[in-house]
Amino acid sequence: MTFEIFISQFFGGLSVAMLLFLVASGLTLIFGVAKVFNFAHGSFYMLGAYFSYQAISMFENFWIGAVAAALGAGLVGMLLEICFIRRIAGREEEGAFQILLTYAFILILDDAVKYIWGPAYKTISKPDSLAGSLDFGQVTIPTFNLFIIVLGLVIVVAAWYVLSRTKTGKIIQAASTDTQMVGMLGVNVSLVMSLVFGVATAMGGLAGAMAAPLRTVAPGSGVEVIIDSLIVVVIGGLGNFWGALFAALLIGEVNAFGILWMPQWASLLSFAVMIVVLIFKPKGLFSREKGRKKI
Amino acid sequence: MHETLLVQNIHSYYGKSHILFDVNFSVKKGETFCLMGRNGAGKTTTFKSIVMLVPPKEGKVIFNGKEINGLKPYHAARLGIGLVPEDRRIFGDLTVKDNLLLGTSSGRHGYWNLEQIYEYFPILLDYQDKPAGTMSGGEQQMLTIARTLMGNPEILLLDEPTEGLSPVMVKVLKDLVLKIKELGTTILLSEQNIKFCMAVADRVVIIDKGHIVYQADVASFRQDDDVKKKYLAV
Ligand SMILES: Nc1ncnc2c1ncn2[C@@H]1O[C@H](COP(=O)(O)OP(=O)(O)OP(=O)(O)O)[C@@H](O)[C@H]1O
Ligand SMILES: [Mg+2]
Repeated sequence: MTFEIFISQFFGGLSVAMLLFLVASGLTLIFGVAKVFNFAHGSFYMLGAYFSYQAISMFENFWIGAVAAALGAGLVGMLLEICFIRRIAGREEEGAFQILLTYAFILILDDAVKYIWGPAYKTISKPDSLAGSLDFGQVTIPTFNLFIIVLGLVIVVAAWYVLSRTKTGKIIQAASTDTQMVGMLGVNVSLVMSLVFGVATAMGGLAGAMAAPLRTVAPGSGVEVIIDSLIVVVIGGLGNFWGALFAALLIGEVNAFGILWMPQWASLLSFAVMIVVLIFKPKGLFSREKGRKKI
Repeated sequence: MHETLLVQNIHSYYGKSHILFDVNFSVKKGETFCLMGRNGAGKTTTFKSIVMLVPPKEGKVIFNGKEINGLKPYHAARLGIGLVPEDRRIFGDLTVKDNLLLGTSSGRHGYWNLEQIYEYFPILLDYQDKPAGTMSGGEQQMLTIARTLMGNPEILLLDEPTEGLSPVMVKVLKDLVLKIKELGTTILLSEQNIKFCMAVADRVVIIDKGHIVYQADVASFRQDDDVKKKYLAV
């Protein structure tokens, strides 16, 4: 492998990783704070792609499409949390209900998309300003991919800031260990949950809009994404935000290089990585099981 | 005297099991009121019912003349009911300071702020940037109380605060409770430690198997050895 190919695969992997992180971080955030395993999280990625398609066909502007994707997916996410997911919280059968409910969301959202936009694939083109590529000596990297990497980094920094430097972030961290206690201190926890759902699904929707020019806009695309995101979340440790970032980078790069080394087996590589991680760290790479309490 | 908290004939359940039966008492403004009872008598359930964590199926909870049944626990906190739970429930991964700041979520202002807390609990200042989970049990107990005080509650509900504390810490806690009392905060305390209760309380009720079985001021409770033997001896 030449150095040029290495660099170009590396950047390709990085942009895939960032898209994956946008979806997986939301999934892990929802799990960490609300203890809900949102199987339908990939469907918000799909919704984002369609909202973006719709807005672009109306306004002919990629960026309006991206905003519409994030806002639209976030609103639908909040609505589903308020109308359905909240109702099953705290029930004895909650775990089973969550699986049934979020699985039903996948089917309903898939069919809703087919009903509204039809079963045929849609395409979105890159915005003109980012359609070209940048040359670094021998290496050529598509500008759009670089943009996705930068956007991902901006979101990582913003998330770090909100989670570790603001009161809202502290509330989210506290709620992920003891929701009830946070409520007893005077925090409207239901509102926090809805916001977390809204932000997490908005990030999924944004990922869908950003991925659309690279992939296709199609019903069922949410399911492919949820499987990759699941792998990422499991590797990083359920509910662990930084674990999701690390695992997304790992899976993105493993895929990018795997496809060069063993093209026919590339799609199995992510699973292989997950299995190896689980053998050594059954709760994920970033799980914390230190006995920190001294009484 | 004005009644801060009225618990009127409440019945509370966990699922189908009936735990509190017609529990009835009132706490006057500024007093320290002690709820005593053996393990499993229903002290914690009474507290959870007051803050609507386990909303009573029957009966009323009236705070400052306003019925609070049907409200959420966070409303109770904002109205001025501060519960310090028996199992401490500090946020172990967050720093001590962040734990304290979360206490301000009630949105209430008054005597207690970070400065006052650090002045009164110097140990919390020493630990302010360390994860709360690294403190000892007794220090964590101080932190839970301090965290609730940060919300400047009008009534402080302390659920078995002496449980598991060393005699030295119990003494520290006694001084703290007396100080809070002196500041005019109404206190509802649950205890099994008779000595501690007699040292701080003005009035005492005893709960047994979910029923209130005794009520007196602390002077008569002091004399009532039969009652102590009957309901509190282990
Ligand atoms: N979550 C729960 N579900 C079902 N039953 C419960 C639950 N919590 C407590 N109980 C039962 O309710 C009764 C009263 O319990 P509660 O915790 O109020 O007692 P307590 O007086 O606080 O006891 P302790 O001194 O041990 O803290 C007990 O019989 C207990 O077994
Ligand atoms: Mg108890």
